[in-house]
Parts: sequence; structure tokens; C-alpha cells
Amino acid sequence: MALAPTRTTLDNGVVVLGKQTRTTPAVAINLAVRAGSYADPADAVGASWLLSRVIDRGTAAPTPRSADAVAEELDARGITLTTLVTRHLMSFVCTCLAEDFEPVLALLADIVTTPALPERELATRQAEVVTAIRQDEDNPAVRASEALMALLYPDGHPYGRPTKGTIPVVESLTRARIAALHAARFAPDQLSVAIVGDVEVARGRDAAARAFGAWRKPSPPPIPVPRVAPARERRRLVIPMMNKTQADIAYGFTTITRADPEYYAFWLMNNALGQYAIGGRLGDSIRERQGMAYYVSSSFDANVAEGPLAIRAGVSPANVDRAVASIDEELARLRREGLTAKELDESQRYLVGSMPRALETNGAIANFLQNAEFFGLGLDYDERLPDLLRRVTLDAANAAARRAVDPERATVVVAGPYSGTLR
Amino acid sequence: MTDAPAARRSANLDNGLKVLIQEEHTAPLASVWCWYKAGSKDEGPGLTGVSHWVEHMNFKGTTNIPRDQVKGIIEQFGGSWNGYTWIDQTTYLETATRDALDRMLFIESERMANCLYHPDDCESERTVIISELQGGENDPDQLLDQEVTATAFKAHPYGHPTIGWLSDLQTMTRDDLYGYYRRCYLPNNATLVIVGDVDTDAALRRVEHYFGGIPAGAAVPRLKTIEPEQTGERRVTIRKEGTTAYFKAAYHAPAVADPQFFPLLVLDAVLTGAKGLNLWSSFRVAPPQRSARLYRALVDRRLASSVSGSLLPTAQPFLYTVSVTAMDGVPLSTVEEVTLAELDRVAQSGITPAELAKAKAQLKARMVFDNDSVTNIAHQLGYFETVAAVDLFTSVPARIAAVTVEEVADAVRAVLRTSNRTLGWFAPDAIRR
Repeated sequence: MALAPTRTTLDNGVVVLGKQTRTTPAVAINLAVRAGSYADPADAVGASWLLSRVIDRGTAAPTPRSADAVAEELDARGITLTTLVTRHLMSFVCTCLAEDFEPVLALLADIVTTPALPERELATRQAEVVTAIRQDEDNPAVRASEALMALLYPDGHPYGRPTKGTIPVVESLTRARIAALHAARFAPDQLSVAIVGDVEVARGRDAAARAFGAWRKPSPPPIPVPRVAPARERRRLVIPMMNKTQADIAYGFTTITRADPEYYAFWLMNNALGQYAIGGRLGDSIRERQGMAYYVSSSFDANVAEGPLAIRAGVSPANVDRAVASIDEELARLRREGLTAKELDESQRYLVGSMPRALETNGAIANFLQNAEFFGLGLDYDERLPDLLRRVTLDAANAAARRAVDPERATVVVAGPYSGTLR
Repeated sequence: MTDAPAARRSANLDNGLKVLIQEEHTAPLASVWCWYKAGSKDEGPGLTGVSHWVEHMNFKGTTNIPRDQVKGIIEQFGGSWNGYTWIDQTTYLETATRDALDRMLFIESERMANCLYHPDDCESERTVIISELQGGENDPDQLLDQEVTATAFKAHPYGHPTIGWLSDLQTMTRDDLYGYYRRCYLPNNATLVIVGDVDTDAALRRVEHYFGGIPAGAAVPRLKTIEPEQTGERRVTIRKEGTTAYFKAAYHAPAVADPQFFPLLVLDAVLTGAKGLNLWSSFRVAPPQRSARLYRALVDRRLASSVSGSLLPTAQPFLYTVSVTAMDGVPLSTVEEVTLAELDRVAQSGITPAELAKAKAQLKARMVFDNDSVTNIAHQLGYFETVAAVDLFTSVPARIAAVTVEEVADAVRAVLRTSNRTLGWFAPDAIRR
């Protein structure tokens, strides 16, 4: 059954996406602002993250609310507001009871458009972010992943920077700096509002118009996202963390943009390589046949610029070399022999067949609509997607493998109690 | 998934298999869960971790599902599968399009009766599970949780970690695993749950087709140990290289069927925000907690970067645990002092009617949010039937609505006692470079 969502643009440029469902007497609200970590100034990496921590701690005019008042409004309704920062978006996500929908949307609008950013709250959130960075410093999986991204996206590329920033920079950020970032990047034509749940579409649209219609600001200048050149040689990095028991491997490449016509071929190739069932071919080899790891999988994240394909595994330090060699072998085999027709067919059937499950909940639908909006995929994307996947040929999937995954050009990071020399 | 009371059928096959079926026609999906009363509390010395290891082995081929056909067996239907083991239960699920119902029932019937336990598979899984254990040890918070739980229980098997102790994982044999499988994986020790776009009568006939021929077995022997009352405060301090300090306070707490469970659930909402009661889904979203007492006392005052409470429905008395991550640079002694002062304050003065009303509103909303998919609904039915009775789940909203300020005060006095608690510190030493 097609989603058939609605899409309206308010006269100030805010996009409103709607879909009525009746699964629960609840509504998922997902606000996406095109102000992700890529908007961090070069000398203020982590500023977007810190803004996301403090933006919902009080609102200014027209409805001034203290941080405590915002907390009470949310808590009294059982609502957890989650603010997320990805490379390109800052998202505000929550689920509320249908009866609370209008006041909650009005509160979210004030949070997004006129945050108070109180000094005291900023200081508290800075201390929280510093603690979180310290926790990350002691987490081999995070260290390996962040180091991989920094190597794949060097020279200050926005995809290579740590989203939370670094401790000295976070501690140096002032209220003026955070407020300036909000002023510079938050504008009506950067916002899309998805409303999915037990609320009529017209009611949702009217509420969005009341909440956001009066917001007036010019469009911010675009931020160019540099293109990324693929690695020319194999690179290795070991981050010794001798106080840990297990080592984490992050092994990856840069790939293609979301707009690349080969996107669906890459998606299917990656599914067969490192996702299907328990971790695809990699899971078969490293977990099932060799018993080396509790987790191993690959992720493919095409984006505005060329996104990463990253393989991650957690292994005993004694097995690091063997696990990396096994990844190398699987990738070499994939390039050499390609997928089988059966593998491609299985991944196609799985991805097409999983759509009803992937679009079961209000929150999942709202996220799907925001993704389609961001990449300009159209309101009928859910209807077109099955054919886009089915049309991928074996040649196309195998060409994607040859283009994307070459062990000789891999970037390999190991973090943990490992003191060997990576090949 | 609507306000209307759900149509749910409960049936028992002749072999003792309990079957719960609930029709939900909101999406063309069905979720099948098979639950076993076999958790880490059913493990004796030398066999800790056997329930969880057996869970892993039960994805590795059966008499009628060759090893090489396991992969993709449900993915062909766009489905997903998984399983987990905890202190009271082991459970398996598939969620897929409704036309896969027969396939899902076939898989679960095979899992119940016909798993293979090839010695090579047992060996290769040994290292996978040890890797899982070591991955957990990398997380100081998880390590502290394990040590606090083990310290809180002197006698009851809730004290050992579900993953097991390393030496048991190194020495357990294929026969240990297979023997446990044969003892526990019986229709008369299981509950099968189906929720989704199905016809109840037709689904029940298919259940009878796949499971009716599996013979019942001897009742699973249960350990009879009751944890003796704790007579004094206990402490555990882990000193290990790290960057961040963690504090936990764990109190012995009532089982889900105890009348004091729901008043304590309200108390937890007042202290740390309401979580809901779904082990599968509730904890994926943080609780609404910014106005909660411990959040205000610790996070708003920059003493902690996070605080959480955990009271989970269990068959026998388990723990109510408050967990705190110290803000960078704040001593654990300060975190402990402020946390315990807040707990003492609520023990002495109870909660206010306004706090009670807010906690109830939060819990009501969380129950709605937790029922947003056939998978989550099916989990709750099977979970409650396994740890208590499915009827208890049906009565949860009424039980929460009926909680009074006085009942909360009574529960607090019974549970939040000094002599009933175990305090844990993860005190990081500077990392040597």
C-alpha cells in the first residue's frame, strides 16, 4: 500500500510533510533543519553539536519559557525530545499522544525558531559534552570509527571532523558563538516538518502553519561540500588502548554521492557483502565460519558528497591480523568473482520485502519522508523504490564492488589492546 | 494498537504449549515469538551462560533446515529475526509479511525440537561468545553493573551475568549445551505468540500442525534458592584505567507480581523519568526526565552527565538500580552523597500528589508508544506470560492508575533502606600511555 504522503510549502518556505495513520493514538513529529555538523565553522568544530544540546533549554519571545518550564511541558506529557546532529541535518524528533499534538508542535516551533540559549544551561551542556568526549576517548569502537573518518576525509573536510568536537574547542565556545551559528543557519526555507500519526493531514498542516508561518528570515548562503578523492594506497593506523579487552576494527573507503545513478547497485552490493542475514559474506566468514567476532558488518552511507563504506568488527586482540586478512580476502574475492545471481536476488527480495516492516511505525515513516525530502526523491519514492532495486543487474552490482572495495586502497584502523603491525 | 480492547486468544495444545494470538490489521505483517522459561537463573555452578550459548546454537541448522539454508530463510520474506536471553527467559522472534506465517512457525517448531549441535559449531560459537563477553568488558558501565549485581546476590542465581563467567564458557562441553537444550526446550516450558495481520482460527490450526506433534517432557527442575534478606550495606569498587567515573546504587526490589512493584515503578518515574515496561523497545528512547528529582539534583547541578533508573519486570525479586555517570572532574564521593541524600529524602517524605499525577501521565504515554508495532506488542504478551502471566500485562494500565501516594511511600520505605543496598564505584585510574 502506497504511503502517498502530502507535501505543502508555506509561503515562508517551510515544507510540511504529512501522513495520517491510525496504528496508535499518537503522532511522530520530525523537524529537520539543513544545519548539520557540516555547518560548523572551521575554528569551531562541535558548535552544531553543542547548539543541539542547549537549543531546547528555554525559549525567548514570543513565548518566553525557562529551561525548567520547557522540561515540565515535555515531561508532563511523557515526551522525550531527541535532537540529532548528522553531517547535513539537525533533527528534532519526538512522539506525543495525539491529544497533545498542537501544543507540542507549538513548543517545538519556539525551540527551533527562538531558542533562549541561557548562559547557565550552556555551561551545563558544555560540561556534559566534555564528559561525553572523555567517554568516547575510552571507547575503542568510537575511536576506530572516528579515526577512519578522519583518514578518509582529511584536511578538515566536514565528514572527517568529530561531530562532538574536541575538549578545548567545546570549552572555548561562547553563547555569542552558538547564537551566531543559529542565526546564520536556521531559516524557514531550511526546515521541513514531518507529521505522521493519528491526526488528519489538514489539521497537521494548519497547526504547522500556525506554529511556523510567521517565521521570516532570508535564506542562508550555501556551504560548499568539497568533493573527495578516493585513497590511492592502503593506509593503516593502530590506536593502542591497552586497558581494554577487545579490539575494534574500522576498515573503509569513500564511495559515491547519493545522487549517483549507481546508488542502488552499491546498496545491494553492500547488503550482500556485509548485511544480509548476520552480516552478509563478512558475517559468514568471520563470525559463522571462523568464530572470530561477535559483530562484523558493513555500512554504506552515500551522501551529498561521496559517502563512506565502512566495515566494523570487534575481535579478540589475538585475532586482529586474521580478521583483517579475512576482510581483505572477502573483498578481493568479491572484486574478482563478483556476487552470484542468487546473492543479488536474495538481497533484492530482502530489501523490497522488508519495506512494509521498515515503514510500520510513525517514527520510521517520518524519518523516511525526511530522507526523501532531503535528497529530493519525490513523494512516490516508496512506490518507486522496489523497481529501482529490482532493476539492478548483476553486472552493475559487480561493477560497484570493483569501483568501491579494493583492499590495496583500504584504510584500516584498529583501536584496542593490540600491539602488532597491521598489514 | 487502538484504544479498543484487543481481541486476543489464549489456547493450550495437548503437549502443554501455551499459545497467544492477537489480530492487528494495521500493516500486512505478522510477528511470531517463541518464549522459553530458561534464563540465567536456571543455571547452576559451572554452567553459567549456558542459556545464552544455547540461544546462539539454536540458529545453526536443524534436522529439516540444513545449516546452509539457515541464511535467508526468513529474509526471503523481507523478514527479520533475532533472539535474546536474560535472567528469566530465552526468546526468539521473526517479523515478516503475513504470507510468511507458516515459515515462521516452521522455524520455531524446528528450533524447539530438532536443533543439531554439531561439535564444530559449538566450538566456533565458543569464541564468538567470549568475544561478546570481552566487548561488554570494554564498557566500564557494563562491567560495574555486572559487579554490583554479583555483589547484591549472595545465593540466588540472578547474581551471575547472563553471558556467564569466562571459565565456564571456556570449559562447557557440547553435551552440556545439548543436555540443557533437551531439558528446557519443551512445549510445556514454552509460550508461542503471534501478533499481526492473521486470522486467529486459521493461525491456531497452523500452530497445531507444526507444534502438535512435539512431545511434552518432564517439568524443568527449578532452583529453589531464595535470596536471604540483605542485612547490611555492601560496596564494590572497581579501579581500572579509564576516563570516566560511574556510580550505582542497587536495592533488592519486588518481583513484577508483587503489589509493591507498580508503586515502585511510579517512584522510579519520579526519580529518573518513566521508561515503560518493554525490555525490547522502551530503552531505545531516553525517558522524559528533565524535571525528575535525580536529574535536577545531579545533572542540572553539573555533578553528573547522566542518571538513569532501572526497575524491570522479573519473575523473582531482582534489583532497582540507579546509575550515574559522573561529570568530568566531579569526585564519586560527591555523586554518591547527593544521590543518596535524594533517595533518603524520598524515603522520609514520599512523593507529592503532583508528582504522582505526572508519573502516571508519563507511564500512560509510554505504554501507548511501546505498542507501535506488531513486534513490540508480541514481545509484551510473551514477556509477561513468561515472567508472570499475560493477564498481568492486560491489567498494567489499571494497576498504574490505582497507585496512591501512600502506596509509593510504603514501597519506598520497604526498598530504599541502607541495609538493602549495594553501592558500586568505577573509579578510573589515569590511562598509561
